Amino acid sequence: MEFFKQFAVPNPTPTIYLSMVAIGLTLIAVLAGITYFKKWGYLWSEWLTTVDHKRIGIMYLISALLMLFRGGVDALMMRAQTSMPGNELLSAAEYNEIFTTHGVVMIFFMAMAFITALMNFVVPLQIGARDVAFPRLNALSFWLYFMGAMLFNLSFVIGGSPSSGWTSYFPLAGNELSPHIGTNYYMIALQIAGLGTLITGINFIVTIFKMRAPGMKLMKMPLFTWSALITNLLITFAFPVLTVALAMGTMDRLFGTHFFTMDNGGMAMLWANFFWVWGHPEVYILVLPAFGIYSEVISTFSKRNLYGYTSMVVSIVVISTLAFLVWVHHFFTMGQGALVNSIFSITTMAIAIPTGIKIFNWLFTMWKGKIQFTVPMLYSLGFIPIFTIGGVTGVMLGIASADYQYHNTMFLVAHFHLVIIPGVVFAMLAGMTYWWPKMFGFMLNERIGKWAFWNIAIGTCLAFFPMFISGLDGQARRMYTYSEVAGFGIWNLLSFFGALGLAMGFILIVFNVYYSARYASRDIGDDPWDARTLEWATRTPVPEYNFAVTPQVDSREPLWDSKYEGKTLFKEEIKDIHMPNNSGQPFIMTIFFFVAGFGLVFSMWPVVYVAAAGIAVLLFIRSFERDDGRHIHAEEVRETENNKRGDTR
Amino acid sequence: MRELFPANQVIGFVASLALTVIALLVYFLDMSFTVGMVVLLLTAFTQAGLQLVVFMHAGESPDSDSIYLNTYYGIFIALAIVFGSLLAMVWGY
Repeated sequence: MEFFKQFAVPNPTPTIYLSMVAIGLTLIAVLAGITYFKKWGYLWSEWLTTVDHKRIGIMYLISALLMLFRGGVDALMMRAQTSMPGNELLSAAEYNEIFTTHGVVMIFFMAMAFITALMNFVVPLQIGARDVAFPRLNALSFWLYFMGAMLFNLSFVIGGSPSSGWTSYFPLAGNELSPHIGTNYYMIALQIAGLGTLITGINFIVTIFKMRAPGMKLMKMPLFTWSALITNLLITFAFPVLTVALAMGTMDRLFGTHFFTMDNGGMAMLWANFFWVWGHPEVYILVLPAFGIYSEVISTFSKRNLYGYTSMVVSIVVISTLAFLVWVHHFFTMGQGALVNSIFSITTMAIAIPTGIKIFNWLFTMWKGKIQFTVPMLYSLGFIPIFTIGGVTGVMLGIASADYQYHNTMFLVAHFHLVIIPGVVFAMLAGMTYWWPKMFGFMLNERIGKWAFWNIAIGTCLAFFPMFISGLDGQARRMYTYSEVAGFGIWNLLSFFGALGLAMGFILIVFNVYYSARYASRDIGDDPWDARTLEWATRTPVPEYNFAVTPQVDSREPLWDSKYEGKTLFKEEIKDIHMPNNSGQPFIMTIFFFVAGFGLVFSMWPVVYVAAAGIAVLLFIRSFERDDGRHIHAEEVRETENNKRGDTR
Repeated sequence: MRELFPANQVIGFVASLALTVIALLVYFLDMSFTVGMVVLLLTAFTQAGLQLVVFMHAGESPDSDSIYLNTYYGIFIALAIVFGSLLAMVWGY
């Protein structure tokens, strides 16, 4: 009995018990369903072992949407709790756990997964490749992310969630002030997921450098691919910092080291420093792919080539360098001197310049274009004003002396949500809607999509604009309740209505997926948006080898030129195609990671040893395995291509 | 004959051995902490650069430009992080 006590949730409420039952029942229902419909074989051979970048992308997408739901429910609970003064819906401890998991889930498991989903699906198609450079590593990346996310979500029902904020600052996150195991979940789950992200970073850099179609020079790459390249460069250079910081934090919590303690030579502030050395580039890791998506969408639906391609590329590169030079602005108030704050204040403001260049380039792309107000375009148009408001308030926060006033108030919360929601969520929804026909062979309903957009856009404004006011009035961030005389009530109530609008938008998106899957036409051709880049040059749904013949490129918009300038994309004959084999190893290995992580969280060492041995054995097997892939014969490719032609035309 | 003799590799090998010996001297000779650290840092980075260029063929492949660019970018970021952290946490605090 003593053994099981450690798994108990520290602040149990009826809701948590109900959730436990619900999660248990759902799990049983899913497993029973798969067994009943005899889908285990299909699941294993088509999804769990797949190394196909398109399927991995779709799995990322599904996970991201699930995590968006989870993080969104957290957000709704927070807004509901603060909607009225003195509300007692949640206790202080629950509120702490909820804002922590909201932040972690949204950043690490929703936003990161969403950008990786779109990069996975789109980048190899956009550069005319058959897959990523290391397909099996790609599968490993996904499963590491997935197991990290599942481990983190397990904290909700087993052992209790972390509660020291998504930034998990020490000394609050240390053993003394957070004695419960919740923060162990944070350290270990993020370590596992972060490993996956780092592998993705390396994988995509190699893919983009090495596997572009003949003729596609770096300066002929589509902008989404450019942004993906720079994003992955940032990942590769920024994530090791997080890895090290998490490892040090884990050692502090599990093995009694003193990296971030207050005594024995530890330096708690160093955690904040490391966290933001990673954390600021992370902001650009999230927003750069979004910029890439907007560039594609705006150019496609303005029926014009992108204005200022070169300056777009240069500004991405400049942002990627500046991204590493501004991190101190996250803790201007920690006590460093005026000189340090001034330096980082100036570098911070410098970022507004390349970002401004991009905004103007998009506006000039639309100038005199034939604008089509499709759903992806609406998100892109909504992004520009809302993101600008978020960005301008960011410049306000970047003024170090003024930041003493704004720091850790709701003003900050309003700022970063108004940057991240249009800068990431809008872009991901735009990208999802835009590439949906390529992924699934039918288009999402435009009418429902527009309803969803308006709910989300208005909901965002309504949810976060009031926070500027209540923040300036002094409402601190992460405050679980306030008294009536504070006068924050009305602003928080408005915020809550905004949150409901966002929830409604999400429900409409889910309904749209269901509705379109059921009723939308499958006869959409390969290029339903009349787009410009290579991903639309292949068939829909995309065959596993992507392109029957490698395309040959000599411009920035190869598909457009082949449609309207009469250039030929596919010049060669169909040949045998070399493809990678599926493998169950990544999935099995990450199960060991999951078990090892769980063991580490609860300091159950035998479990850790066994799981670590499992990982080592799999690494050993992989090292001595010979896998030369397989060939799809030209005959077979020709047959598939002919069948596709019959299907869609 | 000159084409057959791998002069670069031999010089590189001897140089890397020499660098190792110099680094080892920090342990065997009695020098101050500062001097020791300076010697270790210099030999370590020279050694890493030597290995990268001579034995990992950084300059010999067709995409040596992007390899060097990535390396410089990495060095820049490492320096920015180390000295920025020192600035924020120690010197400017």
